[in-house]
Amino acid sequence: MDVEVENPFLGYDPGPYFCELGSNRVGDAGAGARIRSRIGALGLDALRSRARAAETDLFNLGITFTVYSEANVIDRILPFDCIPRLITAAEWRHLEEGVRQRVAALNAFLDDIYHAQRILADRVVPADLVRGNPGYRPEMEDFPVRFGTYVHICGIDIVRDERGDFRVLEDNARTPSGVSYVIENRHLMLRAFPDLMAGMLLAPVDDYGQRLRAALTEIAPDGVADPCVVLLSPGIYNSAYFEHVFLAREMGVPLVEGRDLCVENDRVFMLTTSGLRPVHTIYRRIGDDFLDPMVFRSDSILGVPGLIGAWRRGHVALANAVGTGVADDKAIYAYMPRIIRYYLGEDPILPNVETYICREHEGLAFTLAHLAELVVKPVGESGGYGITIGPRTSRAGLEAARAALLADPANWISQPVVGLSVGPTLCEEGIRARHLDLRPFAVTGRDSWVLPGGLTRVALKGGSLIVNSSQGGGSKDTWVLAGAEA
Amino acid sequence: MNRPPPLLVRYAENLFWLARYLERVENLARLIDVTQTFESPGHETESWYALVRINADEESFARRAGVIEPEAIKRFYLIEADNPTSITASIEAARTNARVLRPLISTEMWKQLNEFHYALMRLKPEELEGDALSRLCARIKEGVQAQAGITEGTFFRDQGWHFHELGRLIERADQTTRLLDIKFHLLVPREREERRLAELTQWGTVLRAAAGYHAFRRVAPVDFSPADVVAFLLTDGSFPRSVRLCLAEIERHLTELRVRYGLGGTLAALERVEEMRGAIHGLRAERLIVDGLHEFLDAVQRDLMLLATEIGTAFFREWRPPHQKQEAAQ
Repeated sequence: MDVEVENPFLGYDPGPYFCELGSNRVGDAGAGARIRSRIGALGLDALRSRARAAETDLFNLGITFTVYSEANVIDRILPFDCIPRLITAAEWRHLEEGVRQRVAALNAFLDDIYHAQRILADRVVPADLVRGNPGYRPEMEDFPVRFGTYVHICGIDIVRDERGDFRVLEDNARTPSGVSYVIENRHLMLRAFPDLMAGMLLAPVDDYGQRLRAALTEIAPDGVADPCVVLLSPGIYNSAYFEHVFLAREMGVPLVEGRDLCVENDRVFMLTTSGLRPVHTIYRRIGDDFLDPMVFRSDSILGVPGLIGAWRRGHVALANAVGTGVADDKAIYAYMPRIIRYYLGEDPILPNVETYICREHEGLAFTLAHLAELVVKPVGESGGYGITIGPRTSRAGLEAARAALLADPANWISQPVVGLSVGPTLCEEGIRARHLDLRPFAVTGRDSWVLPGGLTRVALKGGSLIVNSSQGGGSKDTWVLAGAEA
Repeated sequence: MNRPPPLLVRYAENLFWLARYLERVENLARLIDVTQTFESPGHETESWYALVRINADEESFARRAGVIEPEAIKRFYLIEADNPTSITASIEAARTNARVLRPLISTEMWKQLNEFHYALMRLKPEELEGDALSRLCARIKEGVQAQAGITEGTFFRDQGWHFHELGRLIERADQTTRLLDIKFHLLVPREREERRLAELTQWGTVLRAAAGYHAFRRVAPVDFSPADVVAFLLTDGSFPRSVRLCLAEIERHLTELRVRYGLGGTLAALERVEEMRGAIHGLRAERLIVDGLHEFLDAVQRDLMLLATEIGTAFFREWRPPHQKQEAAQ
């Protein structure tokens, strides 16, 4: 321990995994080594005390999410790890291109399945997987959206395997969250670790709000000179309320709740002290089901009666569009490489994690033959339910999985266990290797723009591959090197 | 820049209440502090119970606390979140309003209030004991004053600010009448000279609680009478907590909203303020003390409540979408 105080990286061992702050990364121009030596010079004690102060800062600033337990309302910060994650300029160009491609394919897919459904006719994607999908909204059929953009804000979860190859783990095309942490983490680093960043040329993250506002203005109904954009939030009791506040402020637009809006003659208005003011674009942070009690769930009090009517008449734009959930579904995910090829005629720049589709004969055969090595996931579930992780499952458990697979192959996909990349992370014991992922955010109006970097989530528990905040995950600042160092 | 941004009705209401709750916190701390100072040997309980009476909390106190004793009253107002008139409940309400207003208020306002709230939620019973109580009251006052200063220096002054100030001023005027009223409930000795001296001390303490002691000294005659104190707190034109000054400021903010932002709904409120200013202006303190100060203060409190209701009806409740109006009618 004493030795570690002298040399904080002594206990750090990435093992077989790819290290995001390795000292011999290609193309980082020595940035990784420099960060490590600066952290070494600071020492563990200083690092710890600054990290603590930084977390108190987050709490006092209310950069928190809300947890509810037995009548208690608790504000929690997303645990923050002060050792940054590094992305080289070349890696970022690759990621950015890959994210753009993915978003283009998602939008093309949605445009097609809500219009001609060519991809279903051509049997590239099974029709029942789309039409029978809970995220599929028949209300959207033949309804045109501006620029063919359905997914205006997209978050794509990307992991890095043992070889250092980036792979997409999941698409988030509904109301992805986390972008506020990207920007707040950067501000926090600038306050608490200016000496760590000195002289580093990093891609800035500050113009997300402006880009988002520009895209939302672009998609407003035709002929509106100065469109009014609002952010629709479920309110202060939503766990992501801080992010809603953050985005409304960064954009400089009102944060509204359903009760602040009303629809008259198929037009949306907000209630102001000087009467009703027209609203033209709504960045909604509430799910499809809750948007309009007249169309979807009638018991919803979060939404606005008549909103969908106004939208269908073209008087208001919604971001994201209704019905995008079908595209980020697990079952569709497996088909994304084919979807990219089908619409764009290109190979995926960012491959999926290898996925075996058990409704297909070869996929099922392979899965059954390698059950003990694979992760088997049901397509309809979310939140990690029903998953069998082969290497960590008993023989009896594997037999049960085999029976379930054979009973209904179409309900399953399987993937190899990915050894996610790691980064040095400040833990109780010292600086240790912890697994990471990355969620870049793309904003799309007429064109796509990708925020440099994205949210790096880190599994704070040793050995854990689960980075979700609800399961002990934290976050890191993501540094995209802008090019040559100063 | 183009035209001023619109203000959501909901935000106007939250701003009004944010300021009201904070002002209430500060004034309750002032009342507790003055009660502590009034505490006279043998009459502690009566002194403390005066606090319950001027807040019209007799029934609620009996239900929640039961036994009338000083410690229970201190807890009732400082710690018990269940008591809607406690400092704890008010700061919680202020923070909830601020949380809704986060898109609008400055980060610094939110941060200070967030920290202040956090500290008040963790008060320990020993901080209510002995000399710690007075220090606690001072800390609470300073917390609200820090918030007021940050607001003055950072909050964008469009129409939202006027609603904030309206809430603050209405509450402040109301609290000044309550502070004055506390004197009405206090016991004084029967002997003439002893009584004169005790009264002098008590009036001095009331003035100190309102932070008006030195200002009063500057404007009052050497041999001041209780009527001078009453006149000062109600009708002085320069004292920040006097009812008259609060009303003048309220009128100014309503007029700004009307003239600059074209909010016609201010009319009824403006008329009421004018009426109230008339009553305060023509006030004769000596007569008032003879005729019934307590009744007069009650009437001012009622008028302030009506004023708040008029502002509420004009701006916070008038604009509801048709479907909500229907629901309300059902």
